[in-house]
Amino acid sequence: MEMSFSPEQLAFRDEVRSWLASNIPPHIKAKAEMDAYFEHHEVMEWHKVLHAKGWVAPHWPKQFGGPGLDATCRFILTEELELAGTPFLSPFGLVMVGPLIMQFGTEAQKARYLPKIVSGDEVWCQGYSEPNSGSDLASLALRAEDDGQGNFILNGQKTWTTYAQHAAWIFLLARTDASAKKQAGISFILCPMDAPGVSVRPTLTTGGTPAFCDTFFENVVVPKENLVGPQNGGWTLAKALLGHERTLIAAVGASTRAIGRVKRIARATRVGDGALLDDPVFRAKIARLEVKLEALRMTNYRALAGAQGGHAPGPESSILKIRGSEINQQCFELAMEVMGHDSLEWFNEPGTVPAIEQWVPSSFNYTRATTIYGGSNEIQRNIIAKLILGLPSL
Amino acid sequence: MDFELSADQKMIVETAASFVKKELPLERMRRMREDATGWSRDVWKQMGELGWLGIMHPDTVGGFGGSFVDAALILERLGVNLVGEPFAASAVVGAMAVRTGSAEQAERWLAPMIAGETSLALAWAERGGRFDAHRVATRAEKVGGGYRLRGEKVWVLNGHAADQLVVSARTGGAEGDREGVSLFVVDGDAPGVTCATVKTMDGQRAARITLDCVVDADRRLGDEGQATAELERVLDHGAAAAIAEGYGAMRASLDMTVEYLKTREQFGVKIGVFQALQHRAVDMFVETELAKSAMLMSAIKVASPDPVDRMRAVSVAKAQLAMSARYVSQQSIQLHGGVGVTDEHDIGLYFKRLHVLGTLYGDEEFHLARFASLPTFERA
Ligand SMILES: Cc1cc2nc3c(=O)[nH]c(=O)nc-3n(C[C@H](O)[C@H](O)[C@H](O)COP(=O)(O)OP(=O)(O)OC[C@H]3O[C@@H](n4cnc5c(N)ncnc54)[C@H](O)[C@@H]3O)c2cc1C
Repeated sequence: MEMSFSPEQLAFRDEVRSWLASNIPPHIKAKAEMDAYFEHHEVMEWHKVLHAKGWVAPHWPKQFGGPGLDATCRFILTEELELAGTPFLSPFGLVMVGPLIMQFGTEAQKARYLPKIVSGDEVWCQGYSEPNSGSDLASLALRAEDDGQGNFILNGQKTWTTYAQHAAWIFLLARTDASAKKQAGISFILCPMDAPGVSVRPTLTTGGTPAFCDTFFENVVVPKENLVGPQNGGWTLAKALLGHERTLIAAVGASTRAIGRVKRIARATRVGDGALLDDPVFRAKIARLEVKLEALRMTNYRALAGAQGGHAPGPESSILKIRGSEINQQCFELAMEVMGHDSLEWFNEPGTVPAIEQWVPSSFNYTRATTIYGGSNEIQRNIIAKLILGLPSL
Repeated sequence: MDFELSADQKMIVETAASFVKKELPLERMRRMREDATGWSRDVWKQMGELGWLGIMHPDTVGGFGGSFVDAALILERLGVNLVGEPFAASAVVGAMAVRTGSAEQAERWLAPMIAGETSLALAWAERGGRFDAHRVATRAEKVGGGYRLRGEKVWVLNGHAADQLVVSARTGGAEGDREGVSLFVVDGDAPGVTCATVKTMDGQRAARITLDCVVDADRRLGDEGQATAELERVLDHGAAAAIAEGYGAMRASLDMTVEYLKTREQFGVKIGVFQALQHRAVDMFVETELAKSAMLMSAIKVASPDPVDRMRAVSVAKAQLAMSARYVSQQSIQLHGGVGVTDEHDIGLYFKRLHVLGTLYGDEEFHLARFASLPTFERA
């Protein structure tokens, strides 16, 4: 039993903190302090700063441009970045397709794609979901037909493709064998977004921010060398990738920060002669949430220790996803409650509400997504019921 | 006990339902999000002609002598389609505020509103005041034959469009005193009244109003310095209105979600087949039924002459509404999956509106605290 970081790990944490203290560009820091929405170019600007430091891909091995950290230091780095409120880097290359190419790609694919993911020269998006295939991903219908001349011809639609409007590449799941059983006929294909026949329709989220897209494919020609893994073997890759996505969603650092903000807003909110933070009812509410978060943090450490010991992240990561997403939502609900009338705010002139409150209503709406994406919390519960508790199914 | 609607009330419900369905569909609400005012004077005029705006006000002030329950039935229907016309802000809250004055004052400011020619707003909330009626820093100093008002009011519903604002201001006492608060009627376009329109999360509009103006003494409603208790009664009507509208919106959100469970397919079946989702829908239904009970309770009791009886019922109902609204609106989005988080889908509009209605005229915390502070709570 060991519950503390080693001296080396603590030293690393200090190094990260002091680097962050002096290397966040001022305009990004200003936005981070009010947890504002970061525009794509700001996200990429921060990507380049981290890249220059060598920290852009904490979990990547050294040979592909990662810092070569152990699991605990990777966690420390990720958590410190979340705590600082700096832009959340696009995960589609760094967390999803990059590691997948390392695991399943050819040497040529590794050489072609990985350096540009790390440098930020090529941004990726994820083409999994379709209008009729969300939780039931294996039912997907986008077709990739072999034209007999070394190409796939893509036809169909993806949906909820986050930031497709900024992406240079999309990794997608496509049906390459319509006659096979659901999971068996799917392939994992990389497609440039500027290929003729690809079109994107961005839409707003309920948070009023432009994150979602519908992505359409009409007779798009993609060379077969863009296939990752075996043809019709894409489902294995798809599942491997979902595991990576899930561990992100515990969002312990983000929630720690969000609770800090609740406290700061409550401290600045006057009731009578005192501050709302001193109201015993609010204190108890905040405390209850923070206790839940501390228990989650500990659970995250346990998962981490398991990974350190060489275990692959198993169905236990569903616990992190369920609790982490719920806590994150509750942070914003509580912030809204603390704000009282100010919680009616919606994209007004700066100064209508205190700067620290300004983005809370948008996030309050948008964070409803955290219990939906990356495998909904209902699906996570199904996973635990089946794979951990071993409950029988119908 | 009798919860049956009278024949007249059934008529009201039918008329309101068909008017809202035909004239005020949800697509219109979407369009009105872009409108500078957020509602239409033509529709307001029609509401006046239908007799809605005066429905709960006595005939002595030009109303139709109905009860708050009648108004609640209309509000419920407005809630179903998220209608932005300021029925609650003007025909309930603004009007009740004006009614704290004399018959003459009512004739002057209420009659034209009831006809749909003007609209009203109550400017009561201040920065840092939370939901307490008596936390008033705005000052009213006696000058010559009138008063000089100075201060700032925030999140004034319909404040950006109202012909008259009813303003709470301090004629005496210190900021948190119950004594010393008075109400004044100020024209929206009077010199010294500065109004900044602000957008609210639910696509509607409100105002931040800065006052530095002089009003005549005949614009004071009721006795000087005695308005707190009356103002609380007015705000309780606002709470009851928010409950009725909230119940309508909640029912619509539930219906839309149940319909979705019956049509959306995943894994080769309607997702409503999954028992996990069935139970969720059932819990949403239970919450909605409790909200309906809350609505009836507050709609009837808000008119009680006994303030403790009134406050207890309204606080129970508003706290319940807020709790039910939270659960139903959150789960409505959850059960829609990704499409529920898009601005294009209507379900998110209900989420936003239900947050706003849960907050207005006292949020859950405020009403829980008030409920526990009443003498009735000491009965053990
Ligand atoms: C903000 C956001 C960003 C996203 N970004 C991307 C992206 O970049 N790329 C991408 O490919 N996808 C993306 N998605 C899509 C996301 O993965 C899907 O929304 C998710 O898988 C759910 O699918 P669905 O929306 O079709 O909902 P559905 O699958 O239709 O689910 C509807 C409801 O039914 C429930 N349900 C479904 N099946 C079961 C079951 N068996 N048992 C119990 N309950 C069930 C769900 O939990 C949900 O509550 C994003 C989604 C969001 C919200």
